[in-house]
Amino acid sequence: MNIHDALFWFFSIAMLACGLLVIANRNPVTSAMFLVLLFVFMAGLFLLLEAIFIAAIQVLVYAGAVMVLFLFVIMLLDIKASERRKFKILGVVGGIAVGLAFVWELVIILSQPIEPLAGGGAELHGGLEEVVKPFFAHYMLPFEVTALLLLVAMVGVVLLSKKELK
Amino acid sequence: MTSALTLNHYLIVSGLLFALGIAGVIIRRNALVIYMALEMNLNAANLALIAFSKFNRIIDGQILVFFIIAIAAAEVAVGLAIIVALYRRKQSISVDELTTMRL
Repeated sequence: MNIHDALFWFFSIAMLACGLLVIANRNPVTSAMFLVLLFVFMAGLFLLLEAIFIAAIQVLVYAGAVMVLFLFVIMLLDIKASERRKFKILGVVGGIAVGLAFVWELVIILSQPIEPLAGGGAELHGGLEEVVKPFFAHYMLPFEVTALLLLVAMVGVVLLSKKELK
Repeated sequence: MTSALTLNHYLIVSGLLFALGIAGVIIRRNALVIYMALEMNLNAANLALIAFSKFNRIIDGQILVFFIIAIAAAEVAVGLAIIVALYRRKQSISVDELTTMRL
């Protein structure tokens, strides 16, 4: 087993363990911390897949901006009292059943190997130039629309955060 | 350096994380933790897209992931603002108590 494979198993198992802890933890702050770890391990997997730019974005946007937002809201709400409640037995059984059904489907579908497509270009290296070039050619319009969407989301958040909703 | 890893390895990890996310959405009663589980689902999809992009040698998967990350950031901002507004009204973010459509 070479170093690449060893890293894959380490990142995968650590990431799934973090995922389990996110949903099993009573305290939302602890959940959020394990979610940060999960995002960092996911960035490690992206690096193994040679998606360097996406791995950097993952750490900056998810582990940085999104999780800061989550922690801000958790601290703003002060939800200690509401979190002591126990899990509903029906919800737990239903959740585990749906999860297991999904895993079963996965086993059926992935039991035979999926062959990569015959087409495709040269080996990818995930560098900045390779990823960003299509934004100025084929993906120009979606890119601009995304910028507009971020603006609309910002206006919406400011409106929703006002004291009196009308 | 040859690696024994195939596309299936990455897809299985992605699928397991997605299953965990679904289970989390159904099990948890706290709206914030449900949101975190949804983020896990989005990340699982991202992993599958990047794995396909790498093994099929097509860059479009990574570009789609870039868009997903940008939109997820906007979605989280709006969703958390809605949760804060709900908490101001109801003094609770347990989904058991948020059973009516009107605020």
